[in-house]
Amino acid sequence: MAKLTHPKRALSTMPLKSSAPLGAALAYLGIDRAIPLFHGSQGCTAFAMVHLVRHFKEAVPLQTTAMNEVSTILGGADQIEEAIENLRKKSAPEFIGIASTALTETRGEDVPGDLRLILQRREDFADTKVVYASTPDFDGALQDGWAKAVEAIVSDLVPRVTERDVDLRQVTLLAGAHLTPGDIDELTRLIRSFGLEPLVLPDISGSLDGHVSDDWSGATQGGTPVARIPEAARSAFTLAIGESMRKAAQIIEDRAMVPYRVFQSVTGLKPVDALVRTLMALSGVADPPPSVKRDRARLVDAALDAHFHTGGVRVALGADPDLLFSLSTALTSMGAEIVAAVTTSQHSPLFDRMPCDEVVLGDLGDLRRGAEAGAAQILLTHSHGRHLSEALHLPLMRVGFPIFDRIGAQDVCRVGYRGSRAFLYEFANIMQAQHHRATPEDFGAAPIPEEFDHVPHIARH
Amino acid sequence: MADALKDKIADVFDEPACGTNVSKSEQQRKKGCAKPLTPGAAAGGCAFDGAKIVLQPIVDVAHLVHAPLACEGNGWDNRGAASSGSERYRTGFTTDMSELDIVMGHGERKLFRAIREVIEAEAPPAVFVYATCVPALIGDDIDAVCRAATEKFGTPCIPVNAPGFVGSKNLGNKLAGEAMLDHVIGTLEPETLTPYDINIVGDYNLSGELWQVKPLLDKLGIRILGSLAADARYKQVAYMHRAKVTMMVCSKALINVARKLEERHGVPWFEGSFYGISDTSASLREMCRILVEQGADAELLDRCEALIADEEAAVWARLEGFRARVEGRRVLLYTGGHKSWSVVAALQELGMEVIGTSVRKATEEDKARVTEIMGDDKHMFDNMAPKDMYRLLKDAGADVLMSGGRSQFVALKARMPWVDVNQEKHEPYAGYMGMVDLLRAIDRAVNNPMWEELRAPAPWETPLTETRTLPPLSGECPVTGIAGTGRAVSLVPPLPPSGAALAAPVEVAGFTSSTTDFEDC
Repeated sequence: MAKLTHPKRALSTMPLKSSAPLGAALAYLGIDRAIPLFHGSQGCTAFAMVHLVRHFKEAVPLQTTAMNEVSTILGGADQIEEAIENLRKKSAPEFIGIASTALTETRGEDVPGDLRLILQRREDFADTKVVYASTPDFDGALQDGWAKAVEAIVSDLVPRVTERDVDLRQVTLLAGAHLTPGDIDELTRLIRSFGLEPLVLPDISGSLDGHVSDDWSGATQGGTPVARIPEAARSAFTLAIGESMRKAAQIIEDRAMVPYRVFQSVTGLKPVDALVRTLMALSGVADPPPSVKRDRARLVDAALDAHFHTGGVRVALGADPDLLFSLSTALTSMGAEIVAAVTTSQHSPLFDRMPCDEVVLGDLGDLRRGAEAGAAQILLTHSHGRHLSEALHLPLMRVGFPIFDRIGAQDVCRVGYRGSRAFLYEFANIMQAQHHRATPEDFGAAPIPEEFDHVPHIARH
Repeated sequence: MADALKDKIADVFDEPACGTNVSKSEQQRKKGCAKPLTPGAAAGGCAFDGAKIVLQPIVDVAHLVHAPLACEGNGWDNRGAASSGSERYRTGFTTDMSELDIVMGHGERKLFRAIREVIEAEAPPAVFVYATCVPALIGDDIDAVCRAATEKFGTPCIPVNAPGFVGSKNLGNKLAGEAMLDHVIGTLEPETLTPYDINIVGDYNLSGELWQVKPLLDKLGIRILGSLAADARYKQVAYMHRAKVTMMVCSKALINVARKLEERHGVPWFEGSFYGISDTSASLREMCRILVEQGADAELLDRCEALIADEEAAVWARLEGFRARVEGRRVLLYTGGHKSWSVVAALQELGMEVIGTSVRKATEEDKARVTEIMGDDKHMFDNMAPKDMYRLLKDAGADVLMSGGRSQFVALKARMPWVDVNQEKHEPYAGYMGMVDLLRAIDRAVNNPMWEELRAPAPWETPLTETRTLPPLSGECPVTGIAGTGRAVSLVPPLPPSGAALAAPVEVAGFTSSTTDFEDC
């Protein structure tokens, strides 16, 4: 439905996008005992790390190959080897996820080749899995970097099999970049309630859920165990959440013949119904557990209560394509109208399906113009949207990444029956809080004559 | 019950301006018109509630409720009567009588102190003191307290004697009107008078409805001088005796005020409504006619006709925009009084089918109008029990319910669109422009895509035809239909088309009335 437009201008005002390497780092952080490593100058890492720390309020292990002028010109293979060696010495990670940056991509390094040679030569690195994804900053957004990292992980770690050795109780959940730790928790709960065991990849619900552990570690604590990743080959099915996870699911299918289905959205009644229907079929459970039925009935009631505050509301929404799609379809299914949609990456087939006329590949400046032109009543985007919120006097619902001026972003859950319910309530409550008290002027009426007003006197007593 | 209050009640029950009362025999009339309430099957407010409702919209007055906490604590700030001035009327003031106050008989003293405190804190033009059941039972004399307080503090303190147990909400409305007649109306004189001064009585300016009409009056040069309606100032109540005509917006509530204004001060009155296009026009015509009779320049009538012609043409042009979106929709109206028919005509004009309307609190003329507009009386009912209404809506006998808040959840739980047309509504629907807002609300309700999704069966309501079969390779999303690169998945049988439940709307025969009035309008 929507056409993707690229504004023809040189200046980007108030970026909406976070870079692809950051997305890759975030995906790597969903692996247990892992350290993401940026192949670039140390600034690439520092900015990304600050961004992540501000969002999650956690110490985030993120390292850099610290490219300098000389290594940039001569080649960074030595920097990579040294970085791996140092990380192993310092933190003994089980997994190192390397993401390239604009710097090394512009030089045109053959990192896969270099890495192969390093790993062949350095047998002492054998107990650390090292994965590489090419994620130049100049191509795509956070969700693309995330997707490429997941593709790299499954390409390297899911074995090729010639015969299916199926664990019928196990399903792989490929979690898209738009899912929070809270979202993943909700999906695993839902999957488990059908007697199925999810293998979540990547699982930031274990590592970035905001918990205090008994030990300090230079690597992630929690996430998908490295040893379990090859077991994705044994899953009965792959559930890919987010269109950007399609390619990774396809790689698993190609390597291990595990069929998959992509769920572009799991927010809103119909999309969750579709997921539940799939879980029913996978598990053979024709009569889902009472908690699932109850949660659906409660979502229906939430929709009834919320629709007075969603119907006809004009929404301006800026997010990565997967999040943009799931939230905009959920809102339009409730009668809201998307008057401005801005996204960060052209790498998505979803634009044809977006419930609006136009999606702008742009920035918060575009979102501001769209919101003004469409007389939006509410903004949905990440925390930087607060500038628009103040300038346009519109409420801001914080969605996506980064959310740095609120705590608990990792807990926000907007998927499944329960998360959809919370999403509708949150949206409706923001709208209710904007209640406008009518005045005679609103209707073109003259004010009440002043002489009728009481002039207070000092009480005598 | 104090004798004074007894006499007052007898007086308001014998209302010569009330058609029902006039047609009664002398003996019936003496019995009054209070219907005994049925324990276990009663709904609706008490006399205190009624008194508070009609007076609370006076915005700059401090409304002080002499009661234990329930009366004000459970009831304050629950209506959307809008103010363009003071917000004092929205503040809950109560004496919050404690057990000790009641047992020791400290009620009067506490009330006096409360009046002092509210005057010190707020400096209001007046304090309205509401009696409730408990102080009435223990014999607190609020009239005496108010008299003493008025004398002491110099701020008028007006006793409103309508404790809950004396009767219905409607009775409370009238007793509140009596309090205004006895203590407020005629106590102040306006600075200026014009031949175009009117009184408005009984409009609640919900979400600003009065202001949807006021521009029409502004254009005609008509001034709302006196007011016993929303957005009124205390002074406007006191000025009511000086207006040239009184428009009664809700006749049942304050008819005694209009009649006595005429008897005591020679202000003629008429009954009108600003709901619906024809009613708005009729009210304007009648208002202008009486003003001219009272001495206004006759050219007012021509200006009035010109205004009506312009406004009606403009509103119909705007309403036409909704025709395609609402045509053929079946409406069940559950409201009361003149609203039973005043919006029906406009909805029908836009191609909507009104399948039924309640005629609660409607006069015989109202009922005649319903019959006239709808062709016969089989679409008319008094009350409908919630379970019958649920059944009707659940069976898709209608596409939308228009009613008040209490039947809201009957509709919603039946997954049926609902539009609030009663006192708790958040949108104004008065005058010509209000009809556009009403149609917009109906459009937004019935055309929300949500209904189709909500009525679709749950995933487990369709049997699994394949169980525990490994699906073939591929990955098409069942929701968006975006195909993968491989073969189609046949794992999950498709859900039946949503909205199937709506396929065959049931025919609605005549309505059966229930004896219980569960909607409170």
